[in-house]
Amino acid sequence: MFKIIAAVIGRDLKLAMRRQADIVSALFFFVIVVSLFPLGVGPEPDLLRKLAPGVLWVAALLSTMLSLPRLFADDHRDGTLEQLALAPHPLGLVVTGKVIAHWLVSGLPLALIAPILGIQFDLSNDALIVLTFAILLGTPALSGIGAIGAALTLGLRGGGVLLSLLVLPLYIPVLIFGAGAVDATVAGLGGEGHLSLLAALTFASIGFAPWASAAALKIALE
Amino acid sequence: MLEADNLECVRGERRLFAGLGFRLEAGELLYLQGKNGAGKTSLLRMLIGLLPPEAGEIRWQGTAIRTLADEYRANLCYLGHLNAIKEELTPLENLLAAARLAAEDLGEDEAIDALEQVGLAGREDLHCKYLSQGQKRRVALARLVGEKRPLWILDEPFVALDVAAVDWLAGIISGHLQRGGLAVMTTHQPVAIPAGRIRELRLS
Amino acid sequence: MKDRFNLYRMASPATFYPFAGAMIPYFAAVSVVFGLAGLYLGMLVAPTDFQQGEGYRIIFIHVPASWMSMFIYLVMAFWAAIGLAFNTRLSGMMAQALAPTGALMAVLSLWTGALWGKPMWGAWWVWDARLTSELILLFLYIGYMALTAAIDDARRADKAGGLLLLVGVVNVPIIYFSVKWWNTLHQGSSINLAKSSMATTMLWGMLLMAMCFWMYSIAIALMRVRTIMLERERHTDWVKALLTEGGK
Repeated sequence: MFKIIAAVIGRDLKLAMRRQADIVSALFFFVIVVSLFPLGVGPEPDLLRKLAPGVLWVAALLSTMLSLPRLFADDHRDGTLEQLALAPHPLGLVVTGKVIAHWLVSGLPLALIAPILGIQFDLSNDALIVLTFAILLGTPALSGIGAIGAALTLGLRGGGVLLSLLVLPLYIPVLIFGAGAVDATVAGLGGEGHLSLLAALTFASIGFAPWASAAALKIALE
Repeated sequence: MLEADNLECVRGERRLFAGLGFRLEAGELLYLQGKNGAGKTSLLRMLIGLLPPEAGEIRWQGTAIRTLADEYRANLCYLGHLNAIKEELTPLENLLAAARLAAEDLGEDEAIDALEQVGLAGREDLHCKYLSQGQKRRVALARLVGEKRPLWILDEPFVALDVAAVDWLAGIISGHLQRGGLAVMTTHQPVAIPAGRIRELRLS
Repeated sequence: MKDRFNLYRMASPATFYPFAGAMIPYFAAVSVVFGLAGLYLGMLVAPTDFQQGEGYRIIFIHVPASWMSMFIYLVMAFWAAIGLAFNTRLSGMMAQALAPTGALMAVLSLWTGALWGKPMWGAWWVWDARLTSELILLFLYIGYMALTAAIDDARRADKAGGLLLLVGVVNVPIIYFSVKWWNTLHQGSSINLAKSSMATTMLWGMLLMAMCFWMYSIAIALMRVRTIMLERERHTDWVKALLTEGGK
């Protein structure tokens, strides 16, 4: 079972390495969106420090949304998705591999860049650590839930926007617990509660979402 | 042994066919014919298990394919209109990846040999995006060389091939049938397959 | 020979169409009766609230609308589950027929919530846990309608929409929980129904209005599903016969 997941991850990573522009642009989108907020609300440090967790998380959600269509659309276009569905393995396992690969190239980099941007917002060191950890912990859930949306909207016109419409409401719990963890740390209350809830969400998503996505893919491949 | 029983197909509120059945034994080729839009591709998609029929059942070795699921797909090789190759990978990488996904053993030498057979010798290490359309199609066809899975489902495999390639592919299919394989094929051009028993099914 | 009520026969659009048509006037009439009773209790009989004056009476619309928006979503998810499990055509049509009414209930709930909040807090909108959850529910409705509208093939639309509903229904408790958590953390304001001191007449008024909305929703959904049936099955014989003879 792990062999097929590893094979799919390996394949997707190799493809991602040969098409780095896509990944890098999504990361730059993250940076630009975060930088827009101070320009919009003014540079006052107290205000920015308060806004920071929410702003960083919302930007992370949007950046993930940008990279989601890539998950299945490319494979669908050249016929390889069909072959994946015809492989003698449960499609849910294949999707699990794709979701993990997606997280490695889109969620993980976000977690690495976020603390740097957090400094721009004058967050304390404790807050930065919790922020990084929270994004690291929460982005797999974003990839998992997003996969369901990507599978449902496969090949539809208006794909990207429609995908956002479907997936963003489902992202709200991750947003609340993720930003809440940092807020709680800043307020001196400790973010453990939020982080554990976030972890629960992520494990539940990685466990169940690939199977829902597989069902959605089968519907789309009819 | 592939068996279809009382199949019905409804696409977009229109019934394409109903009560369709056939039986295919080892060494036989089923030649699917019919006008465009008659339901040939839909029938193929039912046979590969991606499209659930509105009614009826498809059986492999006596068991319904819906029950067999993974097991059935382990016996299946499908070649559709799309090439199913990644442009960022080389032909060699594509073949090896496809084999790995199908849980098949394919050595690098065998893969290179297959590519040579389809006329891509010397181009194994070029990223596929630099190949012409015809060459990309041949990478897809190279999968059939040494393909051990017994059931081949081919959707218009001869399209856009030159005379030599048509002969080559007909030979590959014949060899497969002679080894006891089964094949279901749609094609608009009449092609002579030297060996194997041919059955025809016309959709109207 | 007795005619047994055969569930499978009823699931065929050809049989359900006239049945639905016959049922609509009854549901509509019952809805009006409940509505009049509910409004009578709500507007005239229920006592004036000590703190909130006459303005509070909007809860007789607000609360039933909230209940219905949630209930309709559950019913849609139920039809989605049936449709995906048994591959019936009618289930998908019912879910699609219910969606606009559910969304309407959500909008009504949000709008009346704002109208209620304004005299109380001086603001048209407060980020109270229930209102926020209602807003998210509206997003879920819109997402479903957008998805089904974007898919041309009706069967694929039914199945994809159905899957989305099932995913949504699982997420609704999670979303509600997280929003409550968020709200208490930030010590947000809350629209308090003061349940302990609710007069019986108030509760009856809300229940009657809820029944009114429920009957209305059924009537409207039946009307809509008939239209969907005609549109989808326009190639079949029974629809052609219907249109030529101008039948019911």
